[in-house]
Amino acid sequence: MRWLLLKDLRILRRSPLLVTLLVVYPIAVALLIGFALSRGPGKPTVAIVNQIPKQQRSFDVAGSKLNAEEYLPAFLRSVNVVRASSPADARRLVREGKVLGALILPSDITQKLATGREQPTVEVLYNGEDAVKQRYVDSIIRARLAEANVALSRRFQQATAGYLRLLLDGGTLSVLGTKVDILGLKNAHAIVTGTIASLPPSSPLRTSLLQVAQFGRLAIDNLGVSRDVLKSVGQPVKVRQVLVGGRRTPLDTFAAAIAVTVSLMFLTLLLAAGLLALEREEHAFSRLVRGLVSRVGLLVEKISLAALCAFGVTLLMLLGLGGFFIELNWSRLPQWLLALALGAVAFAALGVAIGGLAREVRAASLLAFLLSLPIAFLALVPNGAVSAGLYDVVRAVSAAFPFKPTLQALDAGLNGGGGLAAALAHLAALAVAYTAVARLLLGRRFG
Amino acid sequence: MPTSVATQRATPAALAASGLTKRYGERVALREVSFAAAPGELVAIIGPNGAGKTTLLSILAGIQRPDAGAVTRPPREIGWVPQQPAVYSKLSVAENLRLFARLEKVADPDAVVARMLEQTGLAARAGDELGTLSGGNRQRVNIAVGLLAEPPVLLLDEPSSSLDPRQRARLWEFVRGQAERGTAVIFSTHDVQEAERHADRVLVLADGELLFAGSARELAATVQPAGGDVAGPQDFETAFVQFLRERGH
Ligand SMILES: Nc1ncnc2c1ncn2[C@@H]1O[C@H](COP(=O)(O)OP(=O)(O)OP(=O)(O)O)[C@@H](O)[C@H]1O
Ligand SMILES: [Mg+2]
Repeated sequence: MRWLLLKDLRILRRSPLLVTLLVVYPIAVALLIGFALSRGPGKPTVAIVNQIPKQQRSFDVAGSKLNAEEYLPAFLRSVNVVRASSPADARRLVREGKVLGALILPSDITQKLATGREQPTVEVLYNGEDAVKQRYVDSIIRARLAEANVALSRRFQQATAGYLRLLLDGGTLSVLGTKVDILGLKNAHAIVTGTIASLPPSSPLRTSLLQVAQFGRLAIDNLGVSRDVLKSVGQPVKVRQVLVGGRRTPLDTFAAAIAVTVSLMFLTLLLAAGLLALEREEHAFSRLVRGLVSRVGLLVEKISLAALCAFGVTLLMLLGLGGFFIELNWSRLPQWLLALALGAVAFAALGVAIGGLAREVRAASLLAFLLSLPIAFLALVPNGAVSAGLYDVVRAVSAAFPFKPTLQALDAGLNGGGGLAAALAHLAALAVAYTAVARLLLGRRFG
Repeated sequence: MPTSVATQRATPAALAASGLTKRYGERVALREVSFAAAPGELVAIIGPNGAGKTTLLSILAGIQRPDAGAVTRPPREIGWVPQQPAVYSKLSVAENLRLFARLEKVADPDAVVARMLEQTGLAARAGDELGTLSGGNRQRVNIAVGLLAEPPVLLLDEPSSSLDPRQRARLWEFVRGQAERGTAVIFSTHDVQEAERHADRVLVLADGELLFAGSARELAATVQPAGGDVAGPQDFETAFVQFLRERGH
């Protein structure tokens, strides 16, 4: 028992690759999960551009003062706020991924709210880099805006009640700085009944009737105002969404692209790494490379086979998804086929690099599998969800692996929009680089 | 003691190695080994475990790069039978042979495969996966793959170690046939009798050094007869062990 234990410890100590993996992997995964939980969707960073002039930040609704600033904290609760100096500045922050989205409060917002006759519009900028994030920004802004709208509509409801009371009881209404006397329905009623009561049979009715007519006119006008006000009650502030960079991708096609990319990654990596490691496990590698095939030839064969198999399977998968869940854009067939093919080749190149590290199929498969998960995870971290510095690291790491460019290429291929050529070029570069790495690994060691 | 390793024959060497040195960290696996093999010559490499036989053969085969020294022939022109079977266990006997025949670009792969199946006596198991064969039968296929292309030089690393006596006889019969047609054959073995019987020349390696190159008879002649006063023929194995002991191995 004791000797077995010592033996196993000794073996572990002499397997540096395994031990490194065993130590580094849990730490890496723990860090990733830690980031996801602590820095993730909880408190995203949003930029704000406040264009409301200082003196207009408080405004009148039906005689009571409202302060626009008062609504901002409610609006921005549970978001980290970055003040942007101008819409252009906000646009830049969004494009560079420093913030998840930006909110632009136009200068006329208080005026429009004060009159209640027109819905003011706030602008929300977001980056269309990926659809998960798009939906995320959308839901955050909408939720916060809904809260602000509820608060505002309470005030508008009070204002409406005030108008209605005025119509009923009479009083003064300030319209464009001048005070207008409002008789009120009750007074009008009193006047009319009084007039009728005190009416001698031959007395002239004209004056009283004129008063009634005037009130009727005013009542109609003010009811018109109330109608507008009531319309605003539902949603005092309107949101206009503006896309900065990227494109608008429906979430379901994006989800399909993710699903296909994940499958492509696992299939290709495992296959390519396993096929190459098998040559060494069977000791056939040394027989092959002494003149029968070149090392590069061998790598190209493994890459082609793994890429072709994975391409076929994921193509079927995509077609299956297209048949049941999402709408495939057939006019873009060459684009998404190309994205799938190049993604497969890049993954296969990474696979043979992994296969070049390991001498046995089992070790190669394990390595490929362990590497896959964090790569996919990192690539799906949205910008603005983590701090800017960390995001730069995440982006650099993601760029070194084929997952993110494949996802981008597939997304662009399936849904249109720009970035396809860049993503394909990125994949081609990765394919060449990993093939070169694999070649170096094969040259150094003999099977 | 310095050893002259130049071949005495006038014919140009089929394969020559000069100054081959290989280090694994501190350990020197091969030290300045030079020799040549003439066409049709059968050369045996003998020596204790860890002497450097496999290292030497794999450098000749182009599988390892020497730290110093050179080999005259490119790997492409050298047949190679490694110590460990290097064949695919998921392929059948015939499929393995056919695959390597095609990779070797032999003129008529099917004919060669048929001949090799016949040669190895495995025709009846041609369709069986390698993984289901016994160790010795796997080794037969391993040898057959190395012989497919009928190269001008053939390297075999302990080819007979897991073969039964009948298969050994077949193997040497075949190898001799190859040599008679001009192939230079270099093989390593722990069966010293086998070296004596089949090799034109033996190379003795110990601790990476080439201690002797010559015929088995010449090797036996260099050692004192065992027991001192007992004259007469002694067997080659005894002579070989004594040779090593005299050289401090
Ligand atoms: N990959 C390696 N790493 C370190 N040392 C090695 C390696 N391969 C061989 N050696 C060392 O080189 C020396 C020669 O080994 P080699 O396999 O050539 O011996 P050999 O004569 O073929 O032995 P055997 O008769 O047991 O097959 C040995 O000391 C061995 O330990
Ligand atoms: Mg050996």
